[in-house]
Amino acid sequence: MGTGTGIGRVRGLGSAKTGAHHWIQQRVTAAGNVLLLVWFLISLFKLPGLEYAEVVAWLGQPLVAVPMMLMLANLFWHLRMGLQVVIEDYVHEEGTKFGTLLLLNFYAIGGAALGIFAIAKIAFTAGAAS
Amino acid sequence: MAISIFHRITGSGLATVGALGLVWWLWAAASGKAAYETFIACATSPIGYLVLIGLTWAFFQHLFSGLRHFVLDIGAGYELKTNKSWSILVFVLAIAATGILWLVILAGKI
Repeated sequence: MGTGTGIGRVRGLGSAKTGAHHWIQQRVTAAGNVLLLVWFLISLFKLPGLEYAEVVAWLGQPLVAVPMMLMLANLFWHLRMGLQVVIEDYVHEEGTKFGTLLLLNFYAIGGAALGIFAIAKIAFTAGAAS
Repeated sequence: MAISIFHRITGSGLATVGALGLVWWLWAAASGKAAYETFIACATSPIGYLVLIGLTWAFFQHLFSGLRHFVLDIGAGYELKTNKSWSILVFVLAIAATGILWLVILAGKI
């Protein structure tokens, strides 16, 4: 093999066969967050108010509930990767790092699950409850 | 330098306070009127407004700073002067967007 980085290695065919996927996913979820969060904030802003009945009726619509669920998944995925990098950069003791990353995974998956479940509950019971 | 650490700080804040606030809001809405009104009472308290305005700024700072990263990712904007101008613009835009948004929200309440 010559010197320098061959294009094959750059494309993930180096000895590890992988490497850039974390970086790429961080960008892909960032782009998703731009779309979904801007949509979310504009939608909230356009609602006449944030009273209980208005918010539940809004969240109950399929074209709101589905993007909201996607937003929760995308958001927690992005923050999991972001906080992982922060932890890896500042927590140096191996045991503490392992424990912190474990907690981060519980937090990210648990938070996303609770948020998505809440949206699903509203979407499936909207109309019935009101 | 500052823009980079601000990206981390705002990202960490949004990932913790922001994400928990969002999930609290959704959980409260799914739990019923009483839980939702508790959330609204907290969110519209003086501390609630302070947190929300802080999160708005953190969101815009992280958003604009993130868009700057996309530009850097395609290999553009590394010249010292260009880089500095874009960095300063990110700070200015984030504060301006936060200010305008909250002026409109609070003006609508009066």
